[in-house]
Amino acid sequence: MKSSGVASTERFWGLLLSAPYIAGLLVFAVGPILFSWVIGFFAWDSLTPPRFVGFGNWTRLFGDPLFWKALGNTLYFVIGTVPIGIALSMLLAMLANRPLRGIGFFRTLYFTPVVTSTVAVALVWAWFYDPNYGVLNYAIASAFKLAGLKPPSPIPWLADPATAMPAIMLMSVWKGLGYNMVILLAALQGVPRHLYEAAEIDGAGPLMRFRHITIPGVSPVLFFVVTVGVISAFQVFDQVYIMTREGRPADSTLTIVYYLYRHAFSNLELGYASTVGTALFAIIFAATLVQLQLRRHWVHT
Amino acid sequence: MRGNASTPIAMLKDALVYAALTAVAFLMVFPFLWMASTSLKTLGEAFEYPPRFLPASPQWSNYSRLAEAIPMAKFLLNSVKITGLTVIGTLLSCSMAGFALSALNFPGRGALFTTTLATLMVPYQVTLIPVFILCQHLGWKDTHYPLWVPAFMGSAFGVFLLRQFFLAIPRDLYEAAMIDGCTPGGIVFRIYIPLAKPALTTLGVFTFMNSWNDLLNPLIYIDTLDKMPLTAGLSFLQSQYSSDWPMMMAGAMVSILPILAIFVFAQRTFVEGISTSGLKG
Repeated sequence: MKSSGVASTERFWGLLLSAPYIAGLLVFAVGPILFSWVIGFFAWDSLTPPRFVGFGNWTRLFGDPLFWKALGNTLYFVIGTVPIGIALSMLLAMLANRPLRGIGFFRTLYFTPVVTSTVAVALVWAWFYDPNYGVLNYAIASAFKLAGLKPPSPIPWLADPATAMPAIMLMSVWKGLGYNMVILLAALQGVPRHLYEAAEIDGAGPLMRFRHITIPGVSPVLFFVVTVGVISAFQVFDQVYIMTREGRPADSTLTIVYYLYRHAFSNLELGYASTVGTALFAIIFAATLVQLQLRRHWVHT
Repeated sequence: MRGNASTPIAMLKDALVYAALTAVAFLMVFPFLWMASTSLKTLGEAFEYPPRFLPASPQWSNYSRLAEAIPMAKFLLNSVKITGLTVIGTLLSCSMAGFALSALNFPGRGALFTTTLATLMVPYQVTLIPVFILCQHLGWKDTHYPLWVPAFMGSAFGVFLLRQFFLAIPRDLYEAAMIDGCTPGGIVFRIYIPLAKPALTTLGVFTFMNSWNDLLNPLIYIDTLDKMPLTAGLSFLQSQYSSDWPMMMAGAMVSILPILAIFVFAQRTFVEGISTSGLKG
């Protein structure tokens, strides 16, 4: 008797306490996910009734050169920011991983870009990149003069299709550096000191120690940072919206999420934009699966 | 402890490391200094070449011009309201569901946990459009509701995080409180939530940062200028005054100062919250 009372109490409270979450999961996650699959087969502007188009949205997607351009630009962004960003963070973390005074102060400074909004920092970076009055061109010209060379003509960073995306990447690497550094620093501090001492006694040089102790020691965290970094890089939007609105110049900074945003909220093509969303999910999922496969070869557990 | 500066070589090494760390720190902070400096320049000074690093005399009037051009105080208030409600809602709903999933036996618990894990993998762009349509039907377009109401219904990420944390709390505490006549509802608030402070802080910090810095959702939902949070307001400012750099930098300063103040005050919490659980919004 007693135990059935306990069981029914747990049933009652379990359902009661998770009720808001269950409702939220159904209304804001599971329902929308299923719904987005369904409207992907319709043409819909949300004002007139949806019209069934079968795989029409998919054929349109695969046939749209702008989608491929957006996908290419996004891949370029992922490849141009994640490896470099993490390598730099790792380097910084290794520099900081010693008993130094005031390391907390540096950590705080490095972390400042992480907590501030992309909108605000993208604005100041856009100002840096100003072709005529920007600090970046000034710094480059000064460096050339200092070296006794003739300064190059001012670079129109965000207005030239060749430099616009790299300029956005540079700002993004800068913004994410502190985040990855803090996580990697914590991981480095978890690598047992005695392993290094033993290796030193065995005559292993710094490179050997890095390759055979540091990397295996932090590899689970490195894997996490890479995976999460790739996922969030695929979703880049804010920088593009502020710095090169509309994916300018010549669609050289058009990313997948911007493409989705444009079709959904400027053109009101809700069915088509849902197809783009599903495609993005598939791409991120595939990228994550590849990394899980690769993990076996380099992550030490 | 190994002594740092015991030998000249170790001292030199430390000096080099400090020099490198300082150089990087300068690169990290310079954009903020430049933002502050530009926000106090005259328009003429902003367009001087070579650039002038400090204004001849600080032009605080840029900030009053900003306040006249756009409803900056309203943006700030909207951000505070939306972010405040989002953080409270997330912590509350995720604690309750996380507790239920970790400590209570109820029908559908396994399915609920599996669904939580499955939705964690889906990027938010997939649900963006259906949720937008739903909110339109609810009459929530151009209101703050879409930006905070969902938080009161939990997030898969927060529920997962807190469930994992709650699992580490000894079951004996739960049993003892039950014997003392506490209900499971009382146990969450009196025992589990106080014990889960580190996890709740981490979740709170992330929720705060994501909500405060969110641009896409306000862009989609809010049309009226007076209802915009800071991010959307700043983007509006940029679209209207795209060459008035001093005023735009003043706007950017106003938008980052609150979060910077909180960060400086609670930087240990931020940094440790992230390095221990390594999450990203």
